Amino acid sequence: MENNKVTNILLSGVGGQGAILASNILAHVFVEAGYDVKKSEVHGMAQRGGDVTTHFRYGKKVYSPLIPYGGVDFLLAFELMEAFRYINHCKSEARIVMNEQRILPPAVNLGMAQYPEGIPATFGQYFKENVHVVKGQEIALSLGNAQAANVVLVGAFSNFFPEIAHDMWMGALTDLLPKKIHELNIKAFEKGKEAL
Amino acid sequence: MKKVLQGNEAIARGAWEAGVTVAAAYPGTPSSEILAEIAGYKEIIAQWSPNEKVAVEVASGASIAGARALACMKHVGMNVAADPFMTLAYTGIKGGFVIVVADDPNVHSSQNEQDSRNWARFAKVPMLEPGDAAECKDFTKMAFEISEQFDTPVLLKGETRVCHSDSLVELTERQESKIALGLDAKEASKYVMVPANVRVRRKAIEERMRELEAYADVFSRNVMEINDPEVGVITAGAAYMYTKEVFPNYSYLKLGMVWPLPKTLIAEFFRKVKKVIVVEELDPFLETEIRALGYNVFHGKDVIPNMFELSPEIVAKSLLGGDYKEPEVRVSLDDLPKRPPNMCAGCPHRALFYALKKLGAFVFGDIGCYTLAFAPPLQALHTTVCMGASIGQAYGAGKALGKEGLGKVCAVLGDSTFLHGGIGPVMDTVYNKGYSTTIILDNRTTGMTGLQEHAGTGYTLKGEPANMVDYEALVRSLGVKNIRKVDPYKVKETMEVIKEEMERDDVSVVITTNGPCMLHRREKRGFEHPFYAVDADACRGCKICLELGCPAISWVASEGETRDGKKRKGVVSINRSQCPGCGLCVQVCKFESIKAGA
Repeated sequence: MENNKVTNILLSGVGGQGAILASNILAHVFVEAGYDVKKSEVHGMAQRGGDVTTHFRYGKKVYSPLIPYGGVDFLLAFELMEAFRYINHCKSEARIVMNEQRILPPAVNLGMAQYPEGIPATFGQYFKENVHVVKGQEIALSLGNAQAANVVLVGAFSNFFPEIAHDMWMGALTDLLPKKIHELNIKAFEKGKEAL
Repeated sequence: MKKVLQGNEAIARGAWEAGVTVAAAYPGTPSSEILAEIAGYKEIIAQWSPNEKVAVEVASGASIAGARALACMKHVGMNVAADPFMTLAYTGIKGGFVIVVADDPNVHSSQNEQDSRNWARFAKVPMLEPGDAAECKDFTKMAFEISEQFDTPVLLKGETRVCHSDSLVELTERQESKIALGLDAKEASKYVMVPANVRVRRKAIEERMRELEAYADVFSRNVMEINDPEVGVITAGAAYMYTKEVFPNYSYLKLGMVWPLPKTLIAEFFRKVKKVIVVEELDPFLETEIRALGYNVFHGKDVIPNMFELSPEIVAKSLLGGDYKEPEVRVSLDDLPKRPPNMCAGCPHRALFYALKKLGAFVFGDIGCYTLAFAPPLQALHTTVCMGASIGQAYGAGKALGKEGLGKVCAVLGDSTFLHGGIGPVMDTVYNKGYSTTIILDNRTTGMTGLQEHAGTGYTLKGEPANMVDYEALVRSLGVKNIRKVDPYKVKETMEVIKEEMERDDVSVVITTNGPCMLHRREKRGFEHPFYAVDADACRGCKICLELGCPAISWVASEGETRDGKKRKGVVSINRSQCPGCGLCVQVCKFESIKAGA
């Protein structure tokens, strides 16, 4: 059955963080590597600031665009609480990259709820050494643009897929992004890759 | 060449490859991207129509002239388009004519949840149902062929998980239609639906359905997969994808055409497998029909939910019952704060609804981002039904209440929604001597569905400059005498104007100005300052500005006192990067603690 194995990647974040670009990079790379892929964006009304989740699946043949509950192999979270929201969706052997960024939801902003503390530690209890926290904003800012945090995260995440050649990631970046930001994003990817 | 496409992009590509030359739609989630994508193909004349009824009429006219034509809409759009649609089923077509109708199971962004397959049975036309982007493209092309082969409009059913999912699609070249363009007056009896002609066409429909039933049995995308002969599943679209995912070894009859049903294939499937299960989203559409053919369906809606969307785990849970193993719950997340959709920082709707809340008005609302005003903290919108309903409802309420209702009721709807379905009810209110105040929130675009142009924006779908509806002249011609304009960011003046009009025993229309959608880059808005900041030594922590629900304003709890010694439990803070400087909070603050930034 190994042949029919489908790998499940969940990307989660907040609208405007660039999770869509990240999922497009994954699609580009895994198609290039010869896999069937399916990708499904899950969000409510098209409003800013809401949570955004992308189900990304690859394998020899993929049927469902949605990842079965509890079936996440890899979680790439662009925000801490949006990582936490999917802790129960992960397989016990799941590998996780989360951005060390907190974006306060409205109820917390209004003083009506608490932002959960100790999210990386809670993940650590269950997933041990498979949990990686990356300072995406900080690294991107050191390169001159906080917008590139999403690609920093993708760079870190790329370590989970040694079978994908480095050139394929570079090809995705140069194919999907406008030329004037190639250099920034290639650096962001490399820095992210080193961060793990 | 293979490419990853979204389902909606694949439908657009399919239409292009099929040689479509005319496409019309009104935007609606999850269908909006189809026309936006089609607009990029130079061979296709693509347009936003004011509503779905007009879109279907435009496309059908193009079809009568020989063109392959497409109309697209969300499920509730079909309710609006039903009038032409139900009779176009009689007239048939000349150039291939396909209507895409995209359902929204689980109601991600809609006012109801309807199963559009019922339209196919109701109108007696065929319907195809793709399950992923590759099928979206293929089925769109096949729909045009079926349309021309059987002289019928064809429905293509989309849904959120198909329209908004991406997968690999094989691209091929465009083939121009072989049908010559031109109108033929000799065909009038086919297109003039007076009773004598209707009766002829009524019989033709039955004959067509018989032919389509025979075709369904040989349709290449009604596929039988015999694996385990113990259990066979009859299914279609996304439901097939979920079920195949969970039970790869079951046998399947996957229907690419969900109406009419392939009776011979179904009979064969029942012979080949022992137990037949029907897995479908929403209504027991296939199940009811299969049971009516006399078959014993082992499981259907007795275990599969008839509301909301399916998913791999819902299918697994439904079919496995007690044998389904729930994944481990590591942490209870019941109290984890959510991120509900909210109006953008600076949104003109927030300012307007704040004024309506202060006035204590009962607000008949409509379809658009402003439905978010229902939620706390604003809670200033009291009905939402369908496009344009606010005006007729407000008028009807006024008729029932008589003079008692004066000063208490108004209708609120957006510019695009007004053009879609608001003109008739304003006319009605004037003609039948009612009173009502209709507030048109003119944000210069179709906001909620992602900034589409409309007849009031001055641009077409293809980005060409166009006529711009003059709302004032339009409602004046309907007989409205009281027409006011307000800048919603000036709360006090807005309240005065709306109060005056609500108290007036006559028809009024209030149009907002200076209120383009915050996401709209083309439109200029007149804000005095680039942003505002809180004077932390003056803020009393009264929280009144938090009642605006502005995402740029947050609460920072910290005991202390103000510059002039007033005790407080915390202060508010304005996120500079989010604040566009609309100045609404400044008008709300009673302690002059919010100051202009520079």
